[in-house]
Amino acid sequence: MDEHAFVLERQHFRHLLAALQERGYQTIGPTVREGAIVYDVIESDTDLPVGWGDIQDEGSYQLMQRAEAALFGYTLSPQSWKRFLHPPDVRLWQAHRTDGTFSITPAADEIPRCAFIGVRACELHAIAILDRVFLDGAFVDPIYQRRRAHTFIVAVNCGQASGTCFCASMQTGPAVDSGFDLALTEVIDAERHYFVVNVGTEGGAEVLNALPHREASAEEIAAAAQIVAATAEQMGRSLETANLKATLYNRSEDPLWDEVAERCLTCGNCTLVCPTCFCTTVTDVTDLSGAVAERRRQWDSCFTMEFSYIHGGSVRYTPKARYRQWMTHKLASWIDQFGVSGCVGCGRCITWCPVGIDITDMARRLQTADQPLGEAR
Amino acid sequence: MTTKTNAERNPKLAVWKFASCDGCQLSLLDCEDELLAVAGAVEIAYFPEATRAVVRGPYDLSLVEGSITTPHDVERIKRIRKQSKTLITIGACATAGGIQALRNFTEVDDLTAAVYATPAYIDTLAKSMPIADHVFVDFELRGCPINKDQLLEVISAFLHGRKPNTPTYSVCMECKRRGTVCVMVAAHTPCLGPVTHAGCDALCPAYNRGCFGCFGPMETPNTAALSAWWRRLGVADPQLMRAFRSFNAGAEAFRKESEAHEHADH
Repeated sequence: MDEHAFVLERQHFRHLLAALQERGYQTIGPTVREGAIVYDVIESDTDLPVGWGDIQDEGSYQLMQRAEAALFGYTLSPQSWKRFLHPPDVRLWQAHRTDGTFSITPAADEIPRCAFIGVRACELHAIAILDRVFLDGAFVDPIYQRRRAHTFIVAVNCGQASGTCFCASMQTGPAVDSGFDLALTEVIDAERHYFVVNVGTEGGAEVLNALPHREASAEEIAAAAQIVAATAEQMGRSLETANLKATLYNRSEDPLWDEVAERCLTCGNCTLVCPTCFCTTVTDVTDLSGAVAERRRQWDSCFTMEFSYIHGGSVRYTPKARYRQWMTHKLASWIDQFGVSGCVGCGRCITWCPVGIDITDMARRLQTADQPLGEAR
Repeated sequence: MTTKTNAERNPKLAVWKFASCDGCQLSLLDCEDELLAVAGAVEIAYFPEATRAVVRGPYDLSLVEGSITTPHDVERIKRIRKQSKTLITIGACATAGGIQALRNFTEVDDLTAAVYATPAYIDTLAKSMPIADHVFVDFELRGCPINKDQLLEVISAFLHGRKPNTPTYSVCMECKRRGTVCVMVAAHTPCLGPVTHAGCDALCPAYNRGCFGCFGPMETPNTAALSAWWRRLGVADPQLMRAFRSFNAGAEAFRKESEAHEHADH
């Protein structure tokens, strides 16, 4: 943890939101809605899930009242920040037919300047992965680029891991290391409730300077570090990443894929809650008169039949082929493609799978199956 | 509007009704804002729900609502098919036999005896069947009732000779795009969304209800795996059977799953 840390008292937290709003940011953060803690527009600290936590396990999520009035006592929301950076449905352009010709109007992409409040370490890594996908290389995604450029990130170190968390295995958390403007660690002890603040950017420093704050003491910094260290010990799941890529390639015909396909609903939930799954489909629509056409881009999933549809049919027509494609891409071929794993260990695909399929369990079973084969070579 | 020559005449649209509640036809009238555009784009040639005026066939586009339940229906749909360049079925009745396909799981004579004073007057088939069991169908639009935006999309696609954008994946895809919190995971409410065809924009989960399966089975429905999970949520076989046996009881995947729970010993 940075030695130059600062302290923001709990009662001054509202000033952080106000300072961001004064700078033209729409503040998006955790709030209780529909029986869960979701990321949505928040106006003040009373919108935050004060005193709420969550219990997550495979195919199960429950809100839980915590003993203390923590603002960030929950683990992870049902959906990631991907929603805001890579929206689920966008109009790309509209075309109007006039006098035998047509004109194209680019979509008016009004981008609010967003401040994300409460971004976790795994989610920062997920955003870094999306950055590689959308911003690196020859083809930059302008929709993502514009949103990303306007984002202010207030990260929060996790004080609690869920039953489906495995960021420690993926080395993506629970400690926030980079990719933030400000990073907070919420500390609640018998007498006090405060945040230890680390500054990641000049923009972060400028906002912090507008708030009542002071230099953190060595004890306060140690208390914050202790919280994150304890969280690392609470991981509900784990994933052995050593040789995992080779295992997935070796075991592409393993009967375990048939077993998981028996359970897989091919509903697509895992991909849409995944903070790094980025696939979209493009759809052209026309109105009745044929005078107006538009092209839309929507989140897609490798679990749909149309996703792999080419002339003659879908390439991955079995659920087995689709699950294998997703998992192998996420944990193996993603590394070949982008240089890092596509998984950050957030566990959303486990919690939000309607039938609780666990990617870490599947990996473990494949690794066990791979053992004798590996030795035989 | 100026008079058009035969060549530039608008396509003739006919709307036909078989055994059904009329709800899907009403979706067309429910278009309100778009109705004038529809009327401008097609010539409504036969639509008794909306107008008594009848223009003789053949028709460019026939929308067919309802299921086949009588010998007379069988003859009539064949005549309609002959008069229709394109035939599109609308709704669960026309596509899967509808709620009235519940008769398919019992003896129809028992039902007519229970319902009618003089069952001998009733000339009905043993099963309620989808239109596609009797004639070639160009496209099936799902839903109980259909979604009016999807209906407009299908008509637009027909008018411009393109494929309609009516995805066949799960309702979950729509829930996640909307940002609805999964009712099954977060509230442990049994939901048919993962095995149900999209098209309603995930209406029920947005109101904290489980999906009822109005749009029938999705493209690759794993109903057995969903049922196994419902059991964990405390749903017993009789309720499982009823969940799959509703508006789309006759759709093959749902029919088989309901039958799997019909005589199960638990």
